Amino acid sequence: MDLNLLKRRGRDEWHISPRGKMRVPGVIFATEELIHNMDEKVYEQVTNVATLPGIVRASYAMPDAHWGYGFPIGGVAAFDPDLGGVVSAGGVGFDISCGVRLLRTGLMVEDVQPVKELLADSLFHRIPAGVGSTGKVHLDKHEMDAMLAGGAKWAVGKGYGSHEDLEFIEEHGCMAGAAPEHVSDHAKKRQQDEMGTLGSGNHYLEVQQVVAVHDAEVGTAFGLREGDVVVSIHCGSRGLGHQIGTEFLKSMVTSAARHHIELPDRELACAPINSEVGQEYLGAMRAGINCALANRQIITHLVREVFADVLPQAQLSLLYDVSHNTCKVEEHVLDGTPTRLFVHRKGATRAFGPGHPDLPASLRAVGQPVLIGGTMGTASYVLVGTEESMALAYGSACHGAGRSMSRHQALRQWHGREVVKDLAGRGILIRSPSMRGVAEEAPGAYKDVSEVVNAADEANLARKVARLEPLVCVKG
Amino acid sequence: MQSPGSEVVHGKGWEHFPHEADTGVRGIGSTKEKAFEGAGLALTAVITDPASVSPQEAVAITCQAPDEELLLVDWLNALVYEMATRNMLFSRFNVRFNDHSLHATAWGEPIDVTRHEPAVEVKGATYTELTVKRDEQGRWIAQCVVDV
Repeated sequence: MDLNLLKRRGRDEWHISPRGKMRVPGVIFATEELIHNMDEKVYEQVTNVATLPGIVRASYAMPDAHWGYGFPIGGVAAFDPDLGGVVSAGGVGFDISCGVRLLRTGLMVEDVQPVKELLADSLFHRIPAGVGSTGKVHLDKHEMDAMLAGGAKWAVGKGYGSHEDLEFIEEHGCMAGAAPEHVSDHAKKRQQDEMGTLGSGNHYLEVQQVVAVHDAEVGTAFGLREGDVVVSIHCGSRGLGHQIGTEFLKSMVTSAARHHIELPDRELACAPINSEVGQEYLGAMRAGINCALANRQIITHLVREVFADVLPQAQLSLLYDVSHNTCKVEEHVLDGTPTRLFVHRKGATRAFGPGHPDLPASLRAVGQPVLIGGTMGTASYVLVGTEESMALAYGSACHGAGRSMSRHQALRQWHGREVVKDLAGRGILIRSPSMRGVAEEAPGAYKDVSEVVNAADEANLARKVARLEPLVCVKG
Repeated sequence: MQSPGSEVVHGKGWEHFPHEADTGVRGIGSTKEKAFEGAGLALTAVITDPASVSPQEAVAITCQAPDEELLLVDWLNALVYEMATRNMLFSRFNVRFNDHSLHATAWGEPIDVTRHEPAVEVKGATYTELTVKRDEQGRWIAQCVVDV
């Protein structure tokens, strides 16, 4: 991106002054180096989002921002319903509530090393991953609606995990306001055999070791020490979320003119919050969030079963579960006044600071764990929400490394089997049904996650707590 | 960063074009019908080598949309839906138009993970880089980016 397009307002904060139809400025949080390598499309998409009705304060982009659909991936924007604000299916994206959860195991790396192969094989065998994989949970119409209304809380009620887990999930495991009646039969059919499946693409399940704790005090509060083994699960709302996204994108595109909304890009498809389409989407999207929360909860149960077989001394407890692609109603202070806003995070993590009432009591004093996924060959990070972040971008941070190379380019550069062999040489075991999928997800196809995380840390969006490196990766 | 250029597969009526996080699918043909059929093949090629998919089972697909670009997105999304719910891959297509509706048959077979080694599932077709048009050589082009 051309630096001349931006005004630097801090070491890692760049502003785009409103011009043309922009209602608010654009703000990008990133280092000079990251901005330099950012696609020009991010600039275009940040400014397009700034033209949408009812947007307040600014159109934001996180340090991992890249070319998305309508919104940039890493885009954050909030809308005020009283100012004609909109909800955007494009601003949430296809994989509704795609997210990451992290489980502590109570094990040290030396406990896992002797059984690492067995653990990798058992996880790969037990957790359905990849195209066309189906789960063991099959939902009839009644159970489907109960799952869509209840989320992870429904899953716990069915015996997947414990009530204690729910406290450490955004929305306490159940997104209020879900309306299963606005989720189409097509979407439900796509999901009926996909509960408890990982999916494909950039989704994964990793056994990781904590290699560094950057903030000892918060590390202790999070129960993370150097040498600890943890499990990360990255997946979303599967076919149901994709179908909701597809259908509402179309109905919002075709209803835009009726709502007098001029779309600079059809992918920004949106509808007034206070409209029939807007309300139906919110109900369906919230049901999609519940589907993702239930899915990650079922997978957690399967992971616990595997550990009980392979390493029975393990105690898997949930640190936190974060969602990346959402629109949520939150109260934020605008010009000194607490205001109810519809906050869209597209490929961005909620990162609430210390004292926020939505956080569980045991974490409220330190802030929300922010889980940043890396690649199967590099690292992931745990960060913590900051007080400053609430004022910077509604308590939001980056969500991952972001690709630096298309899948197509990655396929030209790597062969899956070589990637697996190279990583095995470094002590990282990869299990995947597709070697082509592994090549497309090669670590070299992603940006440097450390640089993205450092930028988030320096910009005060979230503070670095611990660095995790993979031991085992199950790839869809 | 996005790279210029595209992977042209001459004579097969389709190609992929790069997108930073995902993949663009493009059908090319002497008629709009052929371009839509090519886009269907390009969609399969995101997942697996279309040559590995035997066209043994037929599925009928109908979609309607107010314009031909939205119809392309609907067509590809209908294929995504049929692939997901039937657990199938498709390698042969026949597309016909009637005003604002599309009537098609897609032939394929159930996914065989060992043989097809499917790389990635497609979440949906998007409006990004969406075009249905005739190029300067008079060929029909039907393209968009798909989210994977």
